[in-house]
Amino acid sequence: MNDAPQIKPPPKAKSTLRSRLAAVWDSDLAWNFRHSPVAIAAATTTLLIFIAAFLAPWIAPQNAFDPGAVRLDDGFLKPLEVGSTGITHVFGTDSQGRDLLSAILYGTRVSLIVGFASVGFSMVLGVSLGLIAGFVGGRVDALIMRVADVQLSFPAILIALLVFGVGRGLIHPTQHERMAVIVLIIAIGLSHWAQYARTVRGATLVERNKEYVQAARVMGRTSGAIMGSHVLPNVIGPVLVIATINLALAVIEEATLSFLGVGVPPTQPSLGTLIRVGQQFLFSGERWILFFPAAALIILALAVNLLGDWLRDALNPRLK
Amino acid sequence: MARFVDTFVSAIVAGALISGLATTSAEARAIKWARSGDALTLDPHAQNEGPTHALSHHIYEPLVLRDHTGKAIPALAESWALTADPLVWEFKLRKGVTFHDGTAFTADDVIYSFERARQPTSDMKSLLSSVDTMTKVDDHTLRIKTKGPNPIFPSNLNDLFVMSKAWTEKNNAGKVQDFKAKEENFSVRNANGTGPFILVSREPDVKTVMKRNDAYWGKGQVPLDITEITYLPIKADATRVAALLSGEVDFVQDVPVQDIQKLSSDPKLQVNVGPENRSIFFGMNVGDKELKTSDVKGKNPFAEKKVRAAMNIIINRSTIQRVTMRGQSLPTGIIAPPGVNGYTKDLDVIPAADAAKAKTLMAEAGYPDGFSVTLHCPNDRYINDEAICQAAVGQLATIGIKVNLVSQSKSIHFPLIQRNPPETDFFLLGWGVPTFDSHYVFTFLYHTRTDKEGGWNATRYSNAEIDKLTVGLTQETDLTKRNQTIAQIWKALQDEVIYIPIHIQTLAYAMKPDLEIPVDISNQPKLKFAKVKK
Repeated sequence: MNDAPQIKPPPKAKSTLRSRLAAVWDSDLAWNFRHSPVAIAAATTTLLIFIAAFLAPWIAPQNAFDPGAVRLDDGFLKPLEVGSTGITHVFGTDSQGRDLLSAILYGTRVSLIVGFASVGFSMVLGVSLGLIAGFVGGRVDALIMRVADVQLSFPAILIALLVFGVGRGLIHPTQHERMAVIVLIIAIGLSHWAQYARTVRGATLVERNKEYVQAARVMGRTSGAIMGSHVLPNVIGPVLVIATINLALAVIEEATLSFLGVGVPPTQPSLGTLIRVGQQFLFSGERWILFFPAAALIILALAVNLLGDWLRDALNPRLK
Repeated sequence: MARFVDTFVSAIVAGALISGLATTSAEARAIKWARSGDALTLDPHAQNEGPTHALSHHIYEPLVLRDHTGKAIPALAESWALTADPLVWEFKLRKGVTFHDGTAFTADDVIYSFERARQPTSDMKSLLSSVDTMTKVDDHTLRIKTKGPNPIFPSNLNDLFVMSKAWTEKNNAGKVQDFKAKEENFSVRNANGTGPFILVSREPDVKTVMKRNDAYWGKGQVPLDITEITYLPIKADATRVAALLSGEVDFVQDVPVQDIQKLSSDPKLQVNVGPENRSIFFGMNVGDKELKTSDVKGKNPFAEKKVRAAMNIIINRSTIQRVTMRGQSLPTGIIAPPGVNGYTKDLDVIPAADAAKAKTLMAEAGYPDGFSVTLHCPNDRYINDEAICQAAVGQLATIGIKVNLVSQSKSIHFPLIQRNPPETDFFLLGWGVPTFDSHYVFTFLYHTRTDKEGGWNATRYSNAEIDKLTVGLTQETDLTKRNQTIAQIWKALQDEVIYIPIHIQTLAYAMKPDLEIPVDISNQPKLKFAKVKK
């Protein structure tokens, strides 16, 4: 009897980790994933793009954000040509002599940073407002949800353009380049919060009358604590699905804004900026300048979308 | 004076030639004309800017016009000459001319317009700074007395448009629009000139429609084959070219250099190519104690001549010509195009690109590690303007100058240069010389910024000696002496490296094959001369 408690602790830690992993492996979600080739392909692609983009400074042949590293002499090199700096330009170079592969890696990183940050921003905003609306109810609920309705009646890209324009107007012109990414994140973030708010409010309306919430109330917990530590974990599932799909949307929206020339500047290009620049050379034969960034954007958006789609189906109890 | 007699004779010949040709063309049709940017305003005196004048030339007219080769031809003035007094010019005005609203054109309108153009908010005032008094002899004779003898006075008048006194006063548009302060007046969106086309509607940055003026005085003398002009600013290069290829527009004034070859080989289109009387260059704030946009505090790196010389060396014009412009430009070492009085081959020296020498100069100037600065660049004004700026950013980075590039529409870019004090430390600008004389360059770009002079000099460069010589040019009658002074000024200025010249633009006009629009050396095609072939 005495030996047992002494021996137990070490294997216990091991076994819990292992059993937790085993539990994850055995879960419906993982089983579903293992048996869905589309999900595996999408996840692998997404993961590879993420790794490539975030390791860009180490794996890209050229620092695409350093104008000094680019040689104008190497402009318009075809894919696989070797430039004056000795780099083999696998995807060719653009009009400024910048290696396109490097530009795409760095550009994807900008696009993903904007995507993740704006999704995070709209998620925090939308979930908080949705929780408050659903939990407090009454006039607060009506006010928040009417604002959300108004917002949903505009195309998201219009709202982003509007926010971006106002944002730029407020910032001193010399700061534009530095602030461009932040303004872009806020603009895209603000145009997507309503979806989160609606979803969370709906779920909160269901949850707030359940026994565990009443129990917490009887115990004297504050509304804020109940919302944060009791209701939130129970309504967050669908939010994650929306977030995944919105990541792809945010990346496309960023590309659209940059394509329209209001996004990130050409010296620090995102995928959208690269497509805007490449589009000028569509008629003159240098099609690779447009093709590769556009292909990268399509693959990224498709992979994330498929992953989000699978996640939605896998988490939907009605489809089981 | 011989030069002006020559000019006048050739003007008559040109006029005869044009009217001779006019009888051969018979077709007439409406055209859609696309360009990357719009006119900034319709107020003819508010902005001295190429595309603005290009549009105004269809509605308003000057006394003296330049044809597409740069030759002066009579417009509202039938003839002009110096009187016995070397200070007084006499202009014989054209009779039987009416404004679009039907009122008759007289000398009063000219005096009124020129007085208007001399207001402080006018951008055309430098061109009239030598005017002392204007006298109406009769309805169609005007005498202008200059402060000193000014032999080149008539060549200042090419872009000085005449408005109707009655119309302008009636609509309270007597005060010139202050463009920098974003002011508006009636004449900004409405127009009433004597020109070959009448304004029908205008939506800035979208569309401007003009219809043929059937009461035009020049009917029968010029082809006037175009019945209606729809002017469409289309900023994106590919969109503009696509509009031409699909037949949506008939005439594209600025074909992107990368598309010239493709369009030339298209049997359904024709492309005319020619050099423009315009140089493209970078300007730097050389006068302030400190640059607002730089990380260097307490001193101004651009004030150091060695820094400017290093920048002049490191910017590789031949690479910009080959890659960025695809051969469609002439690299230059002076901001006056060949053909402008004062230009010489000796002044047009392009420094050889020498990275080691540039780095040494930077170190000697006290900036071995460089500095940072913001470059302002237009993105819808000159051929590949943004790409030229990007190329310069890359080349300057090799000597440690970290350039933060801000490229924006010309309607935002130009006020940065024109405001007093200017709001830019480093900028791209292009300058055409409609008078074909160096004085135009000195007075706008090098003269100290004052109420009357230096209106586009955002460099804060101020040199009393140069100012004195520049003003002296307007009063020098001896052309040999005058040319000597011009050479003297250029020599001093070239040594200072106030601007970094890049190249002379080459223009490419693409149009439907039934149109005949020659490349205008000032890039202001006047469509009354355009012909429609059968």
